[in-house]
Amino acid sequence: MHELAVTQSILDISLRHAQKAGAKKITGINLVIGEFASIVDDSVQFYWELYAQGTIAQNAQLHFERIAGEMTCTNCKLSFHPKDTDFSCPDCKSEFVQITKGDEFRVDSIDVE
Amino acid sequence: MTIRVPIVENILNANDHLAVENRSRLESAGVYSINIMASPGAGKTSLIEQTLPRLKDKLRVAVVDGDIATSIDADRAAKAGAQAAIQINTGGDCHLDAVMLRGALEQLDLTQFDLLIVENVGNLVCPASFKLGTHKSILIASIPEGDDKPYKYPGMYRGVDALVINKIDLLPYVSFKMDYFERGVEVLNPGVVTFPLSAKTGEGMDAWTDWLVEQVKCKR
Repeated sequence: MHELAVTQSILDISLRHAQKAGAKKITGINLVIGEFASIVDDSVQFYWELYAQGTIAQNAQLHFERIAGEMTCTNCKLSFHPKDTDFSCPDCKSEFVQITKGDEFRVDSIDVE
Repeated sequence: MTIRVPIVENILNANDHLAVENRSRLESAGVYSINIMASPGAGKTSLIEQTLPRLKDKLRVAVVDGDIATSIDADRAAKAGAQAAIQINTGGDCHLDAVMLRGALEQLDLTQFDLLIVENVGNLVCPASFKLGTHKSILIASIPEGDDKPYKYPGMYRGVDALVINKIDLLPYVSFKMDYFERGVEVLNPGVVTFPLSAKTGEGMDAWTDWLVEQVKCKR
């Protein structure tokens, strides 16, 4: 979707925390991205190589931890991975379900030297 | 030696902070605000055009229009009776963000308005992720788009406070299964307030504008 703005944000957050920790270099950035957050890893990586140049994060590896989407049936409490346009519970067929995983969109940690 | 520094910070934190600032700027001026989102052609500008005359003598309204280029929408809003209409050209960005809205707010004397209508860039994906600081998010779905949109664009349907279903006058001419559409909406956004209407014929418009006036009054 808007990987440019996202990449800028990841860089800002990482640099700010690296500075606080007194780091000389950022070697890795650990991201947690849920399935429903619609972020394309390759695009972020592409922008990263442009944006991070000249900063202490320029050689940092981006690690993407992907969290699969999950819905939970409010009727029988079953958790399941939704299939395309079928949001109903695969077990009891109830249509009352809630999204319980897949919204994650955060910088989890950075590796610094 | 490599050390791991835990962070756990939401990636769009910076935007969210600015959105909070926008909100307090609006609040301190006593302005209620809505963010209207929809795909291109769903009828955002048409809905605003039909809403403004119905709010005349009730509310003082400013409109901020976001588009990649041109001032067509702001011009239409001004013509329809907006007390102020500001165009933001995003220059290619597919959504408005809190920084852009802040720029527009700086151009307005907010004490002169009761309601600010923000018309986002036509897009069913990106605007959902960028908070602006407005009080309510409104999504316009339109009949010709098809009944599968909640399933295809869940992020957008989940985050909104009210749903307008526009162009209901076209229901006899297209295959749109309302119950299939509504089932998708219900899963993503249980109990969301819905306004089926036609900005063209005016059907259903009063329920929408009455709700809007009520929201502004409740806020006061």
